[in-house]
Amino acid sequence: MKFERYGIGIAKGLTVTIRHLFRHPTVSQYPEQRLNTSRRIRGNELIWDQAKCTGCGTCAKACPQGAIEIVTSTNLGENKYTVDTYQIDTGYCIQCGLCVEACPYEALYLGYAYECAKYRRGELVQTKEMMLESPERQVSGYFYPKRAARLPKQTLLLERITEKK
Amino acid sequence: MAILDFNINRQVLMSAVPPDWPGGFWWHWLFFTVVIIAFVLTMVMAAIYIERRGMGRMQSRLGPNRTGPFGLLQPVADAIKVLLKENIVPTKADKLVHWLAPVVAFAPALMLFAVIPFQNGALLADLNIGILYIVAISSVSTVGIFMAGWSSSNKYSLLGAMRNVAAIVSYEIPLVLAIVGVVLIAGSLSLNQIVIAQDIPFILLQPLGFFLFFAAGCAEINRSPFDLMEADSEIVAGFHTEYSGMKFAMFYLVEYAEAIAISAIITTLFLGGWRGPLLPPWLWFVIKIVAVFFAMVWMRTTLPRIRIDQLMAFAWKFLLPLAVINLVITAIQVLAWPDTLPWALIIVNFAIMAALVLLWSKFFFKLGWGRIEV
Repeated sequence: MKFERYGIGIAKGLTVTIRHLFRHPTVSQYPEQRLNTSRRIRGNELIWDQAKCTGCGTCAKACPQGAIEIVTSTNLGENKYTVDTYQIDTGYCIQCGLCVEACPYEALYLGYAYECAKYRRGELVQTKEMMLESPERQVSGYFYPKRAARLPKQTLLLERITEKK
Repeated sequence: MAILDFNINRQVLMSAVPPDWPGGFWWHWLFFTVVIIAFVLTMVMAAIYIERRGMGRMQSRLGPNRTGPFGLLQPVADAIKVLLKENIVPTKADKLVHWLAPVVAFAPALMLFAVIPFQNGALLADLNIGILYIVAISSVSTVGIFMAGWSSSNKYSLLGAMRNVAAIVSYEIPLVLAIVGVVLIAGSLSLNQIVIAQDIPFILLQPLGFFLFFAAGCAEINRSPFDLMEADSEIVAGFHTEYSGMKFAMFYLVEYAEAIAISAIITTLFLGGWRGPLLPPWLWFVIKIVAVFFAMVWMRTTLPRIRIDQLMAFAWKFLLPLAVINLVITAIQVLAWPDTLPWALIIVNFAIMAALVLLWSKFFFKLGWGRIEV
């Protein structure tokens, strides 16, 4: 005689829920507690290395959104291009990472940060000076495994959740 | 002549006041009216907190925890938010009915508490037909809900209201039949007398009755898994789709006030009401209400919502026959069972309950025609 349909299923479900009541919640309290993100996160900003960039414009060609604007002028004295304008409208950016993969000189990286919300669309445009690497603007390990190795490991679960008193 | 009549009436009314309560009839009335309103509002806030936090923990979340210590002020914050919101009335709405519906729905939820004893004799009106009054009054809130559904001039509102009416009309019958079993044992319709009669809580003498009453009660107050009249995945929010601001707050209040009311009725009928050792009676009453409400939250977290045909089938093919059988068995027991053997009666009743539920689910009623849906 099978006890499949005599409320056994309901009883099983009830035990599951009551066990969860006494278990530790598996959430984090976001603004106070943060989990480490993936080391290869495609964060929503781009980081640019001025020294390595040759102004070839490969990134701009690779961008499916046309969000990268690059203007160069010839520098005949040193026999290379000078990058006059380099700016990205991150409002159009879809964080696909194709520009990073396309760059032949390893001059472009995706950012590690993910909290780049702004109040106005105009503030989303990143210009040359804003795109340099800094302690606030870390580089993600996306497409660059050596960079990834330097970042902290991803955490999936907090051991202890402290509730705001 | 008129003065004489008044005096006679006054005499009659005075005699209804329990002797241990100081003051006249009107003081009694004022005191208990204030107490009931305060009690219902406080319990509703507690219920919202328990529901949201308890449900959160059961779903491996924390629940609201931003306002006040442990999120205790969340119901207050919700209330303030909802009171400050704009009150929108649809252009094609029936304005008067739209305005009246929340009031009609809310008044019965408060009125239910008039006959529920907080401790021995401590109740607004010790009606000798208390339970009949409850059955009658609790149906009135359906009118309010149907008014809300009709007056919104919105198909989802009307659908939700129709479902609600269908459900409540169906579930009223097993609900009342389950009550009759209790009344047979207690020998009184007065809730205070029913509590006094419970030397053994009636949940032990009437396990099947309790089960039927709990299921039908959950359906009566639209709680999950029977909450398909406000099923947000199908019909937006059911009858209160077009309500906002204060009026929506009233419906929200009704939902929880009814849940508290049905918990209080279950407590009074089956769990011994205010009776209990050591602690003061009113505290026992509150503890039992919270326990019953917690069981409802537990059910809500666990069970998925059922369909309208399953809802109807459950009422008419499962609850109703079992309620009738329970009534017949209880009547026979009350007539024929010797008073000296209450504990044997408990065992027999639990056995009867198990046998009937197994028999019915095996041979007579299968939800979804026996199809096991995985």
